[in-house]
Amino acid sequence: MSKIWNSYRYLILRRFVQIGILVLFFGANAWGWKILEGNLSSSLFLGTIPMSDPYAVLQMVIAGAVVASDLLIGVAVVTLFYFLIGGRAFCSWVCPINMVTDSANYLRRVFDIDRAQLERQPIKRSARYWVLAISLIVSAFMGIAAFEFISPISMLHRGIVFGMGFGWAAIGLIFLFDLFVLKNGWCGHICPLGGFYSLLGKFSFIRVHHLEENCTLCMKCKVVCPEKQVLHMIGKESLPVLSGECTNCARCIEVCDDDALEFSIRDLIQNKKTGE
Amino acid sequence: MAKGVGYAAVGGFLWSAYLDETKASPLILRPPAAIKEDDFLKTCIKCGLCVEACPYDTLKLAQPGDHQPLGTPFFTPRSTPCYMCEDIPCVPVCPSGALDESSVTTNGHLDINTADMGLAIVDENSCIAFWGIQCDACYRACPILDKAITIEYDKNARTGKHAFLKPVVHADACTGCGMCEHACVTEKPAIFILPREVAMGKAGSHYIKGWDKKDEARLKDAHAIHTTTKVSRQKAVDKLNGGLEGLLDE
Repeated sequence: MSKIWNSYRYLILRRFVQIGILVLFFGANAWGWKILEGNLSSSLFLGTIPMSDPYAVLQMVIAGAVVASDLLIGVAVVTLFYFLIGGRAFCSWVCPINMVTDSANYLRRVFDIDRAQLERQPIKRSARYWVLAISLIVSAFMGIAAFEFISPISMLHRGIVFGMGFGWAAIGLIFLFDLFVLKNGWCGHICPLGGFYSLLGKFSFIRVHHLEENCTLCMKCKVVCPEKQVLHMIGKESLPVLSGECTNCARCIEVCDDDALEFSIRDLIQNKKTGE
Repeated sequence: MAKGVGYAAVGGFLWSAYLDETKASPLILRPPAAIKEDDFLKTCIKCGLCVEACPYDTLKLAQPGDHQPLGTPFFTPRSTPCYMCEDIPCVPVCPSGALDESSVTTNGHLDINTADMGLAIVDENSCIAFWGIQCDACYRACPILDKAITIEYDKNARTGKHAFLKPVVHADACTGCGMCEHACVTEKPAIFILPREVAMGKAGSHYIKGWDKKDEARLKDAHAIHTTTKVSRQKAVDKLNGGLEGLLDE
């Protein structure tokens, strides 16, 4: 039992947080709960603290919207949290699409699709920054928030809270794309929100840290990591994972049998380094 | 890199084309106090707080398949009209400013009667009151009864002994709540709400109601438009000052 807990503790916590947030949103709409109202685009926590999607508001402002102060406060709250603390944690701890793409990824491992597609990756991971840039340009030219009108993330969380319609089709598309076309296709290559948080979360405090002396080079962490380029130091150097593309999902920490990976605080790491 | 730019250009154009199509839905009805549709599409963040605040489940967020701009709030009066709550709970909760509280505030108080969600239009061909059958369902349903809808009496020449009781909508009072459309007894409603942009024409500022003092006042500071330009005057002076050279050349 404790072995299962040890190797899945963060995964269980993440699912608890992801589903819990959706349940609170759903309850607010269906039963009038006042804990977390709205959806992931913009919400109200405990009826007082506003939270808003900074990427959505950025698009809106570029499109020429004059937004109210509530929204800007909400943006400040979310931005500060991920910038200072969470990093790109939105993607693995909050975003409901994460459950869709994680399950596609799990099936890829079960059916060994990874091995069959080893050499062919049709899209680069930098594509998401292109999509991010295009979304802002299109927003400016079309005068509306471009990604917000096609976002499958919004379709899913809004669908769960307010009604799905044909949104399932978009979710199914992502699932099949990730399963058969490209490993970590949506979250790791295309999603501009992920790209946005990669840039925003680059300097946050919470970081995964690698201890090279414990590493036995089993590479389980790299198999399970959805952004495995961020783990370039495995077995080479004791370094923190400093890439903004790391989602702090902590799967690498729990699959490691040798305590070679752990969470730590950025500042403490540096202090230790200068102290040595 | 060049390949990337190519993909980006193609993707960007497709994306823009799609957005242009979604934007073009002029028949959508918005919550009270919604700002102009163009600005509304820019400003609404699609959080659904107005939908949650609505006690009658009137408002919905557009889902894929609704054929409306995705995620934005709207209502369909035939199924659920706006019941015009006095405290307008859907408006103050809006975090983005897409619903503008000041547009439904008079003298510091919320006033739903100043809301403008659309305008009721009567199709006289299918309205049975215009056939001579007695029906005042829309008139009775109207929350601003006798202001937004009045009944006009007319003689029924066909029978010679009955009256027409025709509903007439007054655009200055109608809020577009849709309770008339909801109440209408015909199979497909003979009175229905359209956004004002769609429902109304525009006479243009050069038509003035001479019998209306307020409208006539627009003429008070009116003046003729002078079209002389400095260039033409200067040219004439230069010509006269130019002497007689050239005149006798031929």
